[in-house]
Amino acid sequence: MEAIKADLTLDLKGLLCPIPVVKMAQAIKTVPLAGIIEATATDPGVMADIPAWCRTTGHKLVSMERRDKVINFVVQRVK
Amino acid sequence: MAVLTAPALETAGEPSTAHKATLVVLSGDIDKLDAAFIIATGAAAMGMEVTMFFTFWGLQAIRKPVRNGSSLFGRMLGLFLKDIDGVGPSKLNMGGMGRWMFKKMMKARNVATLPELRQIALDLGVRLLACQLSLDVMEIKREDLIDGVEDVVGVAAFLETASQSKTTLFI
Repeated sequence: MEAIKADLTLDLKGLLCPIPVVKMAQAIKTVPLAGIIEATATDPGVMADIPAWCRTTGHKLVSMERRDKVINFVVQRVK
Repeated sequence: MAVLTAPALETAGEPSTAHKATLVVLSGDIDKLDAAFIIATGAAAMGMEVTMFFTFWGLQAIRKPVRNGSSLFGRMLGLFLKDIDGVGPSKLNMGGMGRWMFKKMMKARNVATLPELRQIALDLGVRLLACQLSLDVMEIKREDLIDGVEDVVGVAAFLETASQSKTTLFI
């Protein structure tokens, strides 16, 4: 499904805890409300951390999938 | 459109505990400081208002690489105190070899270094506070601390912030 157009693409590959959430926190402020960030990461901790970050900050985790070592996720700015 | 936000409520009445984290950093080891700064930067990224109180050995994390101390013992202590880049692990330091090994292993995995994490903490607005009593006892001057340190305070200032925090950690 390639219907969503990302406002920002974020490459988090090779970055480890806590940098992926730090980068997300900085990046979310740069997209408009309802804006979309599409990110790619390789740290397996991201599988638990990005959903937790979304739940705490209130932003929407649109999708998240892991293929081999690469994790792709999409977050929408809510507030 | 007027929206009543949390900060507005905060100034109006009870202090909010919703998004505050307070960390006491007593340890001066690379592993424990790593944990402290990872939690602090992570909490700041989660939108929390984070305060770190540095006391005793933890002061090495916010100290400039200078010699300090005025009395004989103070100067002796000053010889052993490190800065954030010089601290070793709490176990297996083996006279500095452990520090070298840990830093090498962390670099190989591209883990953020302690100086980098401290800078990220400052960039994210984490408040760094130093304990007045420890500074006095260890004969460290205010100007021996890095510029990012917001204030030098006592136990009451810590407890005030801690009592408003949902998360309080002692590391």
